[in-house]
Amino acid sequence: MLGRTAGGMFWLFRYLERAENTTRLLEAGLRLALTRATPTDSDWDSVLTTAGSRNGYFERHDVLTASRAIDFVLRDETDPSSVASVMKAGRNSARTVRTALTRDVWEAINQCYLSTSAMLNRPVEPAELPKILARIRNEITLVSGALHGTMLRNETFNFARLGTHLERSDNTARILDVKYYVLLPSASFVGSPLDNLQWENILRSVSAERAFRWTHASGINASAIAAFLILDRRLPRSLAFCFQEIENNLAQLETIHNHEVLSHDLSRSLTNRCRNRTIDSIFEEGLHEFLRDSIADTNRLGAQIEADYRFNA
Amino acid sequence: MDCFDEMFGYDAEPPPRAPYHGYQRWFEGQDSERLWAISRDAEASFRRTGITFNVYGDDSADERLIPFDVVPRILSAAEWSRLERGIEQRVRAINAFLHDIYHRREILRAGRIPVELIAENIAFLPEMIGVAPPGGIYTHIVGVDLVRTSEDDFTVLEDNARTPSGVSYMLENRETMLHLFPELFSSIRVRRIADYPQALRRSLAACAPPECASSTPTVAVLTPGMLNSAYFEHSFLADQMGCELVEASDLLVIDGRLTMRTTHGHEPVDVLYRRVDDDFLDPLNFRQDSALGAAGLFDIYRAGRLTIANAPGTGIADDKAIYSYMPEIVRFYTGEEPILKNVETWRCSEPDSLSYVLDNLAELVVKEVHGSGGYGMLVGPAASTAELDDFAAKLRSKPDNYIAQPTLALSTVPILADSGLAPRHVDLRPFVLVSPRTIEITPGGLTRVALNDGSLVVNSSQGGGTKDTWVLAE
Repeated sequence: MLGRTAGGMFWLFRYLERAENTTRLLEAGLRLALTRATPTDSDWDSVLTTAGSRNGYFERHDVLTASRAIDFVLRDETDPSSVASVMKAGRNSARTVRTALTRDVWEAINQCYLSTSAMLNRPVEPAELPKILARIRNEITLVSGALHGTMLRNETFNFARLGTHLERSDNTARILDVKYYVLLPSASFVGSPLDNLQWENILRSVSAERAFRWTHASGINASAIAAFLILDRRLPRSLAFCFQEIENNLAQLETIHNHEVLSHDLSRSLTNRCRNRTIDSIFEEGLHEFLRDSIADTNRLGAQIEADYRFNA
Repeated sequence: MDCFDEMFGYDAEPPPRAPYHGYQRWFEGQDSERLWAISRDAEASFRRTGITFNVYGDDSADERLIPFDVVPRILSAAEWSRLERGIEQRVRAINAFLHDIYHRREILRAGRIPVELIAENIAFLPEMIGVAPPGGIYTHIVGVDLVRTSEDDFTVLEDNARTPSGVSYMLENRETMLHLFPELFSSIRVRRIADYPQALRRSLAACAPPECASSTPTVAVLTPGMLNSAYFEHSFLADQMGCELVEASDLLVIDGRLTMRTTHGHEPVDVLYRRVDDDFLDPLNFRQDSALGAAGLFDIYRAGRLTIANAPGTGIADDKAIYSYMPEIVRFYTGEEPILKNVETWRCSEPDSLSYVLDNLAELVVKEVHGSGGYGMLVGPAASTAELDDFAAKLRSKPDNYIAQPTLALSTVPILADSGLAPRHVDLRPFVLVSPRTIEITPGGLTRVALNDGSLVVNSSQGGGTKDTWVLAE
């Protein structure tokens, strides 16, 4: 396949994943705001930071308010990370790789873009927000369904999966990094209502609150949450899971091409970072440092994949 | 003007003409509310599929739908077979003409067309002189624009020998009709068109350069990119043929081959179905500022190591001044009388013609010689006095730039309007595939319809829509 098409697939699925993650982040933020005894706008600060939109926001606004932050993250056309921008970029990528997509996948993406832009073409009323966020996620899920149900399992599919998991691991690492201090054993007032809220918020940001309860009968605590999101290979949004998926897809590409590439080595070292590790050893290394390095290495890996598979001339 | 209606003839009321019997029977049993609802579904389905086109100079809507009308245009088997013969004859003549003017120029030596028509024509590409395209084919894909002026008369309005577009709409229109009205196709036997993409691929592959190593030549579609108005069609065709859709940034000439950048290195391309104009194909040989082609591509072509479809330099056959000589061209190369008519054409470059045109502007259609898409043309009977005066001034200042034709009584076919069936003017663009062994014509083609009552302009950029075109089986 064309290198440019491979790049288009990779980015298309990064964008879709990013849009999905942002809606989830907003949903969790909204819930946090609603359940706090005294609502505080500072919660939206971390939503902006995680979404990568904080600098952009303060270039445009002086004060942080919930409604402006939500509007910015959802709809701002100047911010490349807003849901509206990401959807548009994704739809453009999809048009450039139209020949690599089945009709079902293309139509799902096109529909997703059309209905998202219709919902976001005017400011969102707070009352509609939950419904709209759910709708966007639902549309993106239809794309995944079409991808899994109709695409050939060839390199096109591998590049799509690489985009999804690279973006996802980056997202999980950022969520954890923005809130890492509430997870540190030393800093937590174990079981305080505030911590409980924050922890639950982190789990919700990756749709893992229910999964956590089923896997951790003993109850919620900081290090178990960190371990779940970083090391648990059953959780499809954990770092370990994403790194493994990336490695698997690169291995399949290597088989198809019969050619060793550097990105495969990089990905193996990422996977190894989470293999046979305990959360305590990560805390010893420093949680923040661990996450920061993961984010940097994932970026490096992305650039290497781009070079290895000739995305650009 | 008394127009021939293809469904109801000149009476403009039932009973319908024979090809429409089956459809009329079905239509009488339909509830108009339901038809309207279905028609709206069709629009939603086009929007979802992304069958859109971009309109230049219109920022407000970067993607638009071409309106689709649910009433099919129906041709009988006999009508089609006569058309088919006429089209084949014309396309053969066009290929022979192109080969001739880039080689021995016998038609000029015989004095059948004026030398300056070729020598001074900006669509003539001197770089192509003496070049032998693989398989001897110049126009791999041709779209012949026809109008019908009576029960028996089909007239060629123009030949699209450069890069005819619209075939994706022809195919999608049929898919949509099959989806919306499956029952119609079980009661009426309509000839299939869905094989077009495979036929296109086969036809292109049959024109691969002789030294192409593999038995399955690599075909690629070259697009200027996503912002091009026909991008949807480019990606549609590549997808349907199962070949890569390439852009300039994917291409590189290496070791005397055109290659494309794949995930595991550069791979050779044998046949390039380009949707990029000649000028932009190769910055080393043509426009230096082109970012849409590949440097050195034309050298490879000249060396016979690449097929370009259509061949560079075919645009001269689209030229409206050449058009006026088409009957002569057909006679010269086929030795036969043309089966399809040409529209009487006044070349404004000739002083007598110019003065006739200026005197009769209000009755004529005036077109730019190198124009297309319905831009820059004047429809005399529909123009205001001020518009006529403006155009007369343009004609006087640049007569060479224009030709004029009588306003034709274009046939009508009904569309589904608020009031029920209402006649609207149509044209027809059949698509022709040419390879060394065969000329294949897909039954039917793209019917364009002027949706505004009385309008004669069918271009999608100017209020035109499309219809599915049926050719009935014997």
